[in-house]
Amino acid sequence: MAQIRAEKQGLSSHKKKKILVPSSAKKISKTSKLNRKPQFYGLEKELLLKIHDLMVQSRALEERLIKIYKAGDAYFWIGAPGEEAWAVPLGMQVHKGRGPEYDWLHLHYRGTPTLIAMGMPMVDSIRLIMNRATDVCTGGRNFSNHYCFPEWNVAPVSSPIEVQYLQALGTAHVQKRQNRSKGVTIVTGGDAGTAEGDFASCLVWASRKGFELPMLITVQNNRWGISTNYEGQHGESQISDRARAFNMPAQTINGNDPVESYIKIQEAMTYIRTKRKPAFIEALVSRLYGHSSASGANFIKDEEDCLIRFEKKLIEAGYLKSAEAKTLFENYEAEAQKIAESVRQEPFPESSTLWDHTYANHENADWRNF
Amino acid sequence: MANMAQAIRMALHFGEEHLNVKDIFGQDVGAPLGGVFTATQGLKTTWNTPLDERGIIGMATGIAMAGDRCVAEIQFCDYIFNTIDLLKIVGNTSWVTNGNYHLPMVVMTPVGAGIRGSIYHSHSFDAWASRLAGWKVVMPSTPIDAYGLLLSAIEDPNPVLFMKPKALMRVRGDELIPGEPESEKELKGMIDAPIGDRSQWKPRWPQLRHHSIPIGKASITRSGEQITVVSYGRQLLNCNQVADALGAEGLSVEVIDLRTIYPYDWSCIKESVLKTKRLLVVNEDTEVTNFGEHLVYRAVQELFYHLLARPRVLAGKNVPGIGLAAALEDASVPQSSDIAQAIRDICREEP
Repeated sequence: MAQIRAEKQGLSSHKKKKILVPSSAKKISKTSKLNRKPQFYGLEKELLLKIHDLMVQSRALEERLIKIYKAGDAYFWIGAPGEEAWAVPLGMQVHKGRGPEYDWLHLHYRGTPTLIAMGMPMVDSIRLIMNRATDVCTGGRNFSNHYCFPEWNVAPVSSPIEVQYLQALGTAHVQKRQNRSKGVTIVTGGDAGTAEGDFASCLVWASRKGFELPMLITVQNNRWGISTNYEGQHGESQISDRARAFNMPAQTINGNDPVESYIKIQEAMTYIRTKRKPAFIEALVSRLYGHSSASGANFIKDEEDCLIRFEKKLIEAGYLKSAEAKTLFENYEAEAQKIAESVRQEPFPESSTLWDHTYANHENADWRNF
Repeated sequence: MANMAQAIRMALHFGEEHLNVKDIFGQDVGAPLGGVFTATQGLKTTWNTPLDERGIIGMATGIAMAGDRCVAEIQFCDYIFNTIDLLKIVGNTSWVTNGNYHLPMVVMTPVGAGIRGSIYHSHSFDAWASRLAGWKVVMPSTPIDAYGLLLSAIEDPNPVLFMKPKALMRVRGDELIPGEPESEKELKGMIDAPIGDRSQWKPRWPQLRHHSIPIGKASITRSGEQITVVSYGRQLLNCNQVADALGAEGLSVEVIDLRTIYPYDWSCIKESVLKTKRLLVVNEDTEVTNFGEHLVYRAVQELFYHLLARPRVLAGKNVPGIGLAAALEDASVPQSSDIAQAIRDICREEP
C-alpha cells in the first residue's frame, strides 16, 4: 500500500532500491500481518468501527476548533485534520498512565487524534484553544493542540519544532533502567522538522550500542513545511532511510490507511517493548487544512482524505452504512458545538495569576518581591 | 582544605548517596577522565555523552520530566549557547503547563576568564542566565559554598544552573566541608584518581554530612561602612582582596557575595546600601545589558534618596570575546586595580 502511494508520489519503493535493512527490521517485515490477510488484514469489525468512530470524533473536533478560530473565539488554530488514520491507531495502542512503567508521549502540535483515542474529552481541547482559565493543559497560556497531561505521561507540546525528539531521550532513558518496565517512549513530529539537528541527535542517542533506548520514533510526512514543499527540503528518498543508518527497524507506511497504521504500530511497539530498543516509522499523511490558521485553515481538495477513504472501505465491506457514518459525524459535531457554546461562558485567566507557577510550590518569582 | 573541584565532587557523591541523584552526565564527565576539571571523578552514576550539547540538555529535561534527579554538564559555558531555546523551554515548562510539570534538574557549567582560555573557554553566562525566567542561577566563590549550593540545587524542585568559576577550581577555602578530613593529603589520597592507569581505582569517600547554602541567600564576606560591593564567583575573591587592601588606606568596604544571581537576595543588598549609601556591582560578563545593571536600576528606583554617589557596574568590556594574549584578557575583564579604582572614585564622590 505504501509502495503504491510512494510510487504515485514519485518516491522510490524499498523493493526497487534494495536497501540494506537491519536483520531486526526484516524480522518485523516478514512476520507482518500485512503479508497474510487480504481484507483489513485480520482486524476485527468491532476494532475497525472503533477506529472509525475515533477518527470521526477527532475530525469533528478539529473542524469545530477551526470554526471557533474563524468565529473570533480563538487567536490561533493548529491541529491534525488529515492525520487521523495514523494518529488514532497510535493512541489506541498507548499503555496510558503516570510513571515510567507506562508509555511516554512527546507529541507535536498535531496530537488531537492520538489523545482522543486515549480518551481525552473534547472539552479539554476546546478550553485550550479558547484560552480559558479552565484549560487543564495550560490554564489559558498556550495555543491549540499544545496539550499536556501528566496523568498519562503526555509531555507538554511546545511550539519550537523537534525539541521533543531530545526530551524523549530522557524519558526513554528512565524507562530503560526500570528492569521490569514495558513502557516505551513515543515521539511524533513532522517531515519538515527533520531538518533540525535535534532529529539527528535523537537517532544518535537512541541507537548507541549497548545503550539503545525503548523508543518509537515517528515522523508524519505530509510533504509540507508550512509553505515549502518536500522537494525543497529533502534530498533523501525516504526519511526512514536516515533511521536505517542507525541500525534500527525503520519503515515508511501509508498513514492514510488506519489498518496499515494499526498493524505497523502494533508490530513496532511489540518489538520495542520486548527488545527495549528503538524502532522508526515514517507515516505518509495528508494535511487537509494547511499548516495552521496562519495559512487560512481552509479545506484542501487535492489531498487524500483518510476518513472518506476508510468509510468507503467499511461501507463496501458491509460494516457501516452511509447514513450511519453521516449521523455519527453529525452527533459529534453537535456535541462539539454545544461544548464550545458552554466554554464560551467560562472565565479567562485573571491577570493576577501572571506569576503563578513560574517556580514550583508557589514560590515567589517576581523580583519586585525578592 | 578541599579545593572547589573536590568540593563539587563530594557534593555530587552526597547527592548520589542521599538525594537520589541517578545520572551525572556530559562530555567527558564519566570515567576515565571524570571531567576536564576532575569535578566528576570517581562517582558511580557518571556517564559520557555524545558531543552534543542539545542532546545533553534534552536528555536532562526528559529525565526530570520522568521524575528522576540528574545533574548534567555543559563542558564550558561558551558551548551552551546552541541550547538556549532548550533552556528557555525548561524555564517555562512549569509556567506554561500551569504547574502540571516541574523540572527539577541541575545543569553545571564552568564560566569566566582567568585561565588564559581564549575566546571559547573564557566567557561568562550570568547575564544571559538571568534572563532565563523559571531557572534559578547560582555561582559559588568558595569550596564550602560550592558544596552547599550544589546540594541545594539538587534538592530544589526547579531547574538550577550551577555556574562553576573555572579559575577557582583549584583554589582552597578556609572552612572544612562537613565530614572532610582535616589533612589535604589524606583527602587527596581518598578521592583524587591517580595519574596513569585508573581502571582499578576506586575512591574512598569520607563520611560527608549535609550542608545547605539556601538558594537566594547572600553572604557578607567583608563588613564595612563606606561602600557596598556586590559580586560573585571569581570576582568576589578579587573584591575581598581589594577591600582588605583599601582597609589599610582607611576605606571601609562592605563586600556581599551574592551567591545566587536569581532569585537574588535584595534584602541583603538593600540593608547594606542603606548603611553605606554607595554601591558598586562587579562581575565579568559583558557590560551592555549586564545583570549588574538590573541591581543598579533597582537601587536607583528604591534607594535613590539615600545614595551619596552614583551606583555603578564594573563588568567585562563589550567585545566579542576574550583575547588569548594576557594584555587582551586583562583589559577585557575587571582586574583588582580596576575594582580598587572604582571603589575610590565612588567613595570620593559627594552629592
